[in-house]
Amino acid sequence: MAKGAPPTELVQLLTPDGDRIERAYDSSGTEYSIDLTDDEYRGLYRDLVVVRRLDAEGTALQRQGELGIWASLLGQEAAQIGSGRALRPQDMAFPTYREHGVLYCRGIDPIMPFGLFRGVDHGAWDPAELRCSMYTIVIGAQTLHATGYAMGIAKDGKVGSDDGEAVIAYLGDGATSQGDVSEAFVWSSVFHAPVVFFCQNNQYAISEPIERQTRVPLYQRSAGFGFPGVRVDGNDVLATYAVTRTALDNARHGQGPTFIEAYTYRMGAHTTNDDPSRYRIASEVEAWQAKDPIARMRAFLTKQQLADDDFFAEVEDEAKQVALRLRERVLAMPDPDPLQIFDHVYPHGSPELDAQRDQYAKYLDSFEGSLR
Amino acid sequence: MTETMSLGKAINAGLRKALDRDPKVILMGEDIGKLGGVFRITDGLQKDFGEDRVIDTPLAESGIVGTAVGLAMRGYRPVCEIQFDGFVYPAYDQIVSQVAKIHFRSQGRVRLPIVIRIPFGGGIGAVEHHSESPEAYFAHTAGLKVVACATAGDAYWMIQQAIASDDPVIFFEPKRRYWDKGEVDLDSSLSEAYPLHASRVVRPGTDATVLAYGPMVRTALDAAAAAAEEGRSLEVIDLRSLSPLDLDPVYGSVRRTGRCVVVHEAPGNLGLGAEIAARVTEECFYSLEAPVLRVAGFDTPYPPARLEEAYLPDLDRVLDAVDRTFGW
Repeated sequence: MAKGAPPTELVQLLTPDGDRIERAYDSSGTEYSIDLTDDEYRGLYRDLVVVRRLDAEGTALQRQGELGIWASLLGQEAAQIGSGRALRPQDMAFPTYREHGVLYCRGIDPIMPFGLFRGVDHGAWDPAELRCSMYTIVIGAQTLHATGYAMGIAKDGKVGSDDGEAVIAYLGDGATSQGDVSEAFVWSSVFHAPVVFFCQNNQYAISEPIERQTRVPLYQRSAGFGFPGVRVDGNDVLATYAVTRTALDNARHGQGPTFIEAYTYRMGAHTTNDDPSRYRIASEVEAWQAKDPIARMRAFLTKQQLADDDFFAEVEDEAKQVALRLRERVLAMPDPDPLQIFDHVYPHGSPELDAQRDQYAKYLDSFEGSLR
Repeated sequence: MTETMSLGKAINAGLRKALDRDPKVILMGEDIGKLGGVFRITDGLQKDFGEDRVIDTPLAESGIVGTAVGLAMRGYRPVCEIQFDGFVYPAYDQIVSQVAKIHFRSQGRVRLPIVIRIPFGGGIGAVEHHSESPEAYFAHTAGLKVVACATAGDAYWMIQQAIASDDPVIFFEPKRRYWDKGEVDLDSSLSEAYPLHASRVVRPGTDATVLAYGPMVRTALDAAAAAAEEGRSLEVIDLRSLSPLDLDPVYGSVRRTGRCVVVHEAPGNLGLGAEIAARVTEECFYSLEAPVLRVAGFDTPYPPARLEEAYLPDLDRVLDAVDRTFGW
């Protein structure tokens, strides 16, 4: 199928022009609709704008030499906010390395991923406390962790009710070619694990187009593993929210896994090291520009008279302030002490590493004017 | 109370104790349930502890280890069985990039108390991929602990200590010694049993020091017995822990004997013996009467079964190396 022309089986509740579709159906006939309060609609818009602004700050900081690299979410805001806001507090997320919007929805301090991209840590946080695992860089590896975690939920008897717990595993279109992802599909299916695989099909794995990963629409993959697959308009925050909420609720009620293909587009580069002009044409990008997730939500709010120019200006200003505060904090992040290299290799330490640390400290101290 | 049992039965009994002691302990692997594992190491455990705790998994090693990571994050203590040494490689990425690194990545916030049991080594006449010794790959990886048991008495306690450990532990089992019988002290406790990461002098001697682990411990002891008949006294040390290495007893021994031979089935090139030789040389330089010598598998893929006797270090090759240390 031509890029820019979404297939008819796409679940959509908000057209690119900002018109509401009351009910949408996936390819198996499941119905999706959404009924949020005015505040909630406005809140989703606010989220979209703030995470786009935070993300832009990441790109800017990299260009200014303050980050080693940045993986931008530009264009994927609706997929991340829609799925992230569908999570309940008790749910658990397993992100890749691009889910800055999901972290934001989890209430995680936006500074968290910046440690990794600045190179002061590997992206350290407490998954149990934040209900969100750490960024995982090896493609697809986290889908197995998510599946195992979901198996643990089932073992703990925490499925089968409204209070049940569910897991969401994020992955990209490229990851669907990884063996670990197929294994995660097998395991989650066989053990009926309460996990939702949320694939942001942004059409490219660095430079390789989706046609290099699959000959069938991705959402059809899960059928062969024995669980449902849904393709949702990933630039439609309402549809993404509705589809993800349904899949998570199915999981928490003990109905097993779901695969969601959020059909979207990576508007920017894979990372700040990438040059997409080498492998894709401008007209393709322009076609997707017309389906921008924020513009359509803004059109919806305007048409429904849910927001006025003052509101939009206020959100812009808020996003700018959030980004400014973030920038100041990133710039203030101290470089770690060299001896931290030796910390946390083993839970209870290691006499051998203690000896290496001591030896290295003495070596450093042997330099005149050593700052240590 | 002590009981005589085979090494395989001792691991089985140790796993049973661990399952009894902690409801969070679960076993995962291929064919470990009804069948009891291809070597019957988990025999009877699913019957007694249920399918929810002794889990027959899909046939996918990366899946076994990758889901164990998630289960450990959820508070479980998974014990994974890799059916044979040569089948661990599909799980290698999960072990090296995730199991070993998540604690470090999280700056100590996440612990992964996962045990990965691997029957290893040759000598059973098996087909390709069933006789390998991949321990160096794992010992080279920071964040993992690596141990190898050699006797029934050690196996019983070491598997329990590994499961109780907060570290991820790669647990190597000498498959050709599964049927070797030994005394198991059932009355000890996790804390009183010989420490998991300590080497042990298993035969005192005065003329040369022979280091071995796993299946080669018996070979080294047989060599020492043969040497004694010729009037030469070999001290044999079972390393037991491959990462971290516990070499203080080795240094003490080599300072007395002046001669050191390391024995392992794995290829010599960049194997455990190379690291041990480097460290012994650093620590015992002025005590050494000869270079540290290695008796190891050749730097080839593991050969077909009809050739494995030629490949595997045996009593004669150990004694030959000892002789060479005296000829220096």
